[in-house]
Amino acid sequence: MNAQLDRIGLIFVALLALAAITVPVLSLATPADSAFNIPPYLVQLLGKYLCYAILAVALDLVWGYCGILSLGHGAFFALGGYAMGMYLMRQIGTRGVYANPILPDFMVFLNWKELPVAWWGFNWFPYALLMVVLVPGVLALAFGWFAFRSRVTGVYLSIITQAMTFALFKEFFRNDFGFGGNNGLTDFKDLLGFSLQSASTKAALFSASAIALILAYAVTRAIIGSKYGKALTAVRDAESRMRFVGYRVENYKLFAFVVSAVMAGIAGALYVPQVGIINPSEFAPGNSIEAAIWVAVGGRATLVGAAVGAIAVNFAKTYFTGAFPEYWLYGLGLLFVLVTLFLPRGLLGLLLRPPGEKPRVEAPPIAVEEGADP
Amino acid sequence: MPANSRLLRDFRHDALTFALSVLALLASLLISGAARADALDDTLVRFLDDKFPQTEKAIGELAAEAPPQAAAILEALGDNRLLIDPADHIVAYKTATGTILNAKTGEAIANAAAFKKVRVNNALRRAIEGATGSLTLANPDPEKRLAAAEDVFRTRDANALPALEAQIAKESDPRVADAFRLARAAILATSDSATAQDRLAAIDTLKARGDQDAQSLIDRIAQKATDPAVKSAADSALSSIHTRLMMWGAAQDLWYGLSASSVLLLAAIGLAITFGVMGVINMAHGEMVMLGAYATYVVQLLLPPSLQNWSLAFAIPLAFLVAAIVGVAIERLIIRYLYTRPLETLLATWGVSLILQQTVRSLFGANNRLVSNPPFMSGAFHVGGLEITTNRMWIIVLAIVVFVGLQLVLRATPFGLQMRAVTQNRRMAAAMGISTARIDMLAFALGSGVAGIAGVALSQIDNVSPNLGQGYIIDSFMVVVFGGVGNLWGTALGALTLGIANKILEPVIGAVQGQIVLLIVIILFIQKRPRGLFALKGRAVEA
Repeated sequence: MNAQLDRIGLIFVALLALAAITVPVLSLATPADSAFNIPPYLVQLLGKYLCYAILAVALDLVWGYCGILSLGHGAFFALGGYAMGMYLMRQIGTRGVYANPILPDFMVFLNWKELPVAWWGFNWFPYALLMVVLVPGVLALAFGWFAFRSRVTGVYLSIITQAMTFALFKEFFRNDFGFGGNNGLTDFKDLLGFSLQSASTKAALFSASAIALILAYAVTRAIIGSKYGKALTAVRDAESRMRFVGYRVENYKLFAFVVSAVMAGIAGALYVPQVGIINPSEFAPGNSIEAAIWVAVGGRATLVGAAVGAIAVNFAKTYFTGAFPEYWLYGLGLLFVLVTLFLPRGLLGLLLRPPGEKPRVEAPPIAVEEGADP
Repeated sequence: MPANSRLLRDFRHDALTFALSVLALLASLLISGAARADALDDTLVRFLDDKFPQTEKAIGELAAEAPPQAAAILEALGDNRLLIDPADHIVAYKTATGTILNAKTGEAIANAAAFKKVRVNNALRRAIEGATGSLTLANPDPEKRLAAAEDVFRTRDANALPALEAQIAKESDPRVADAFRLARAAILATSDSATAQDRLAAIDTLKARGDQDAQSLIDRIAQKATDPAVKSAADSALSSIHTRLMMWGAAQDLWYGLSASSVLLLAAIGLAITFGVMGVINMAHGEMVMLGAYATYVVQLLLPPSLQNWSLAFAIPLAFLVAAIVGVAIERLIIRYLYTRPLETLLATWGVSLILQQTVRSLFGANNRLVSNPPFMSGAFHVGGLEITTNRMWIIVLAIVVFVGLQLVLRATPFGLQMRAVTQNRRMAAAMGISTARIDMLAFALGSGVAGIAGVALSQIDNVSPNLGQGYIIDSFMVVVFGGVGNLWGTALGALTLGIANKILEPVIGAVQGQIVLLIVIILFIQKRPRGLFALKGRAVEA
């Protein structure tokens, strides 16, 4: 089955690479009235889906392969987004409403005189990129170090990560916190000198997202395939046994958690220039849970499935919130219920199962151990 | 029962006041009716001159004599409605509806042609206000006198001083007498002409009151005082009031914390039961709370006005039932298939919560619904410097009742015994013949039903909206994580700790920071005790 999964993965990568080339070409080189033309808004929308797919792959690494259902990945995603948003904010410079060369508009509005320390350096792109990686990474490291060391597992861990997300959610809403409060960061003008409104920048961002997704897949696949990855899966299936055998279980988990958080942050950083805004609602606990359902829909511990699930669910969301706005929440709710009840291995799991054979186990055995540690 | 006895008490009280007022009326008619008429005539004659000094004298006499017509006459004078007919020697006033009444007899006068208005100037208006104030000070109703005294305390009108002093001597109700003395002290504290002795007395009286108003008044004395004795007395009074206020402030914070804890406890205790018994997280628990709140709203909507005061008596069982039925449905239809997969239970129940929220939104609309407090739960009262809102107090009572009730169910019923057995060791309990599936279902019904009751409580203090549950669910999780699931005492202790700590941190570092600090504390705490304060011990705990 693993070989089968790898074949699907190759097809997936090839399709993404194809999309990374053809979508910009179709968007920029064909006339606007051509049947093949992809309008900029659609490019942007597809790029957004790809960012969600990266987030889903990141979540699949910890949930599918390590049994950690993190409800904090939406927060890591948003933190990466905020780091990118801060860079974009400082690029606005004198083109803002208040035309202040240093201070973003909202600070002038709040009557601040100096740039807060947290904002220093964000006018320099490499520094902003570093922060995109560092902020979610360090938070995940600190959080994971405490959580895994004290052997917080299963639903306890989910709740704690959700509480972390909730705390950040509330904190970012405050004006005093210094990141735009309720309104968040928006009105971005350009990225590295390229206007965010232009079709070519949108196409480039799409390609960048596709490449980032390929890289995220490749990195995760490499981790899973390595000796470390085998141990990680073993930790998922029999944590106590691994501990007794002599593995430092918490280190395995911590590494996967941090890598995953960094990937989520990068996804957020690619997401923000494409949607043009980042605000505290990205931290909403519901977002993190929704990311989990993308992974579940596509199929846990498949990577490709997670990405496909993210794209499919978000496509459905775009469609239904437009066509039947009142029914979307019913649909999403039912999706949560039905997928967990009837599709525990997701769409890809359905596909991978040889015809006629009944599944041996209903779900990948995750974190349920009877009579483990006293 | 309490409402019944209150009704009875009210009735007795009403009957008594009625009898007393009848007696008073008779007495006043018999004794003073004739004597007063001449004095009133003398006073009213002064208005006929329509000269300011004469009018002022008349006002003073009205205030001093306080005939029953005085209030109406003074009010009319202030509003330029007092009329005179110098030729026929009649004083009259026009009512709000336009009829003209004889000021003395109260009889209507048909012929309005000869009347002219009594002039007033600003000095007179002040005199009228003072006189009206002193008239209320002499009002037969002690509540009115009390209110008037409070008025004087606030305005510190020096004109009221003579009337006040006259009333202090006469006053029989100790509460009102105290209020009079306070008002007098307030006037003396601010007036420049008061003697050192008066000021010392004022400081003493104010110190006994010991609230913010008193503090600022004494502060004014301290700033103005030249006499060292007064100054030192004021300073010592200030510091004593300061510590007193601080202590009351701390007590008030504690009260707020207790109130927050009771809400947390109500919301979390059902979660602790379901999580404890089944080890699964019910993300739709918040929606059970929300359903309870909407049940209260529906009860209020459907109940005839005559029963509105009893709405909670209907709402609590209904909320319990609705939430319990929905809970059982969730358990039977979804959770029972997911027992080996707790993480997916979390996702599935989250889906249920979305569906429930949207259902309620479709049925009742997205806007907040208003649930009114029944009379016994509205308002506030003071205990010393403590302000206690009645609805919060009853919620604390409810939380205690629910807690005790659940403890009884767990400790004293066969169902409770079986539930505890399943919590401790599911497989062993099953081996002993307990139907774990049945216990799961009942435990879920119980936990959800209690959440419904929490919803009734929340409807009294919070907006009833489809998102109601979301606001409490994460805090409830924290309570359960902190308290552990082995024992309801853990939940109670967890709720108390988090609620009080939150309210103590709130004024110091702000509400949001307080929550973040608590979150960090909890994360550090579970380093030491990964399974909460009251963890289950045993071999099957990890299962």
